[in-house]
Amino acid sequence: MTVDTWLENALRDADRRQLPALRPLLEALARSTRLLRAADWNVDASDRTAPPTGHAR
Amino acid sequence: MHAEPKTLADLSRALEDRAITSEEATERCLSRIAERNPAINAFITVLADEATAQARGADREIAGGRRRGPLHGVPISVKDLIDLRGTPTTAASRVRQGHIARQDATVIGRLRTAGAVFIGKTNLHEFALGTTNEDSAYGPVRHPLDDSRSPGGSSGGSAASVLDGMAFASVGTDTGGSIRIPSAACGLVGLKPTIGDLPTDGIVPLSATLDHVGPICLTVEDTTLLYGAMRGVLKPEYPPLRDVRGLRFGVPRPYFFDLLDTEVAARFEDACGRLRSAGAILEDVLIPHTAEIATIYLHVALPEAASCHAATLESQPDDYTTNVRLRLEMGRYILAEDYVRARRGQEVLTQEVKDALAGRDCLLLPSLPIPATRLGEPMVRIGESEEPVRNVTLRLTQLFNITGHPAISVPCGRTTGGLPVGAQLVGARYRTADLLQVAAAVERTLEHS
Repeated sequence: MTVDTWLENALRDADRRQLPALRPLLEALARSTRLLRAADWNVDASDRTAPPTGHAR
Repeated sequence: MHAEPKTLADLSRALEDRAITSEEATERCLSRIAERNPAINAFITVLADEATAQARGADREIAGGRRRGPLHGVPISVKDLIDLRGTPTTAASRVRQGHIARQDATVIGRLRTAGAVFIGKTNLHEFALGTTNEDSAYGPVRHPLDDSRSPGGSSGGSAASVLDGMAFASVGTDTGGSIRIPSAACGLVGLKPTIGDLPTDGIVPLSATLDHVGPICLTVEDTTLLYGAMRGVLKPEYPPLRDVRGLRFGVPRPYFFDLLDTEVAARFEDACGRLRSAGAILEDVLIPHTAEIATIYLHVALPEAASCHAATLESQPDDYTTNVRLRLEMGRYILAEDYVRARRGQEVLTQEVKDALAGRDCLLLPSLPIPATRLGEPMVRIGESEEPVRNVTLRLTQLFNITGHPAISVPCGRTTGGLPVGAQLVGARYRTADLLQVAAAVERTLEHS
């Protein structure tokens, strides 16, 4: 699931549960998740992702 | 003849010499609690009768030549997240109303065996999920040096109780910095041992892979004694003092120094200068993936916390404070695949901290980027930047929960306004005792230079 799709679903669910105050937190979480998914240690089944280098990026 | 003992070690020696009784020491703490707790709100439960009975029992044993060790007869406080048999563990939440602990947490059982006197249970940020204690069903803890400020959290009541003389030491917990943050904000010594070093059973969990329990004290010597007793060593030895001359410190500047209050930065650099003057070797080191620390922490801590709270979030959502409920709800939306990515990142960072420590005695960095914050202000200005207090306060400590390395905060001066600043020392995993020995050398150098 892409972060965009995840966020769309999560916001819809928060609205359904009448938790509008959760919206800004979920949007912040989505930004954080994008950063996590961009990290160079992640494994990609296509093997196109470089392994961790141990060097600053 | 002993002067009135201030530290745990002083009291312990005075008790051994029969210069004071445990009952007298306990009564002093209880009097201080009666005088100060209405303003500071450090305690949720005060165990006056139980503590007095324990103290009298300790006095009888000591008088009979059956002193168990340095903790025998010493009044200490316990964060109200930790089970003490027969008393409520509120976690500062209405969710826990009616709870009574059936047995002691393992570390409390060890302290009971060591003869410690439990003076009371201290206030905290609800379920330890926050760094100011403002979200507590029992109201905020106030800083003993300035009651408009927070003493830091989540073990805020523990730190306030020690700073204000209501207990000789305290047992706190640390999932992202909850021992080291209030210790730094209050000018105390706070130790987060190596992950798994001290058992966390009998402690309300926040995040199973990040939770630690440890001591908050006035000095490194006190911390060493309490940590030893928490490990189950009845008569822990205080290690021989060493000099900082020749000790090697790695200073990780990128990221950790990017967002610091100017006075905190100045006090820390002063401390570095004094250590260098005393013969310590300070070298800059790099931890490559610091940019991902916060996202790894978030994606591990929140789903683990949510897993513990899922049932009560459904059955009694209104019993949580609003902010804590919302943060726990965030955790319920994190996908398993992202949790796994974060766990992999945890391994990468653990190796990087290990690499930074190679050939060095420890890492040295500030504990807390800002002095104690004002209650009711969720944002803080650092230079030109306006930042959320929560993110800033966790910034320098949470890495070592992720990696499990032992870390200790020691005092390193005060701002011009008199607020304490802390320096953090980080040692090799499973070498907590070595870290304490280095911390004692640093403490002595910073006190006397």
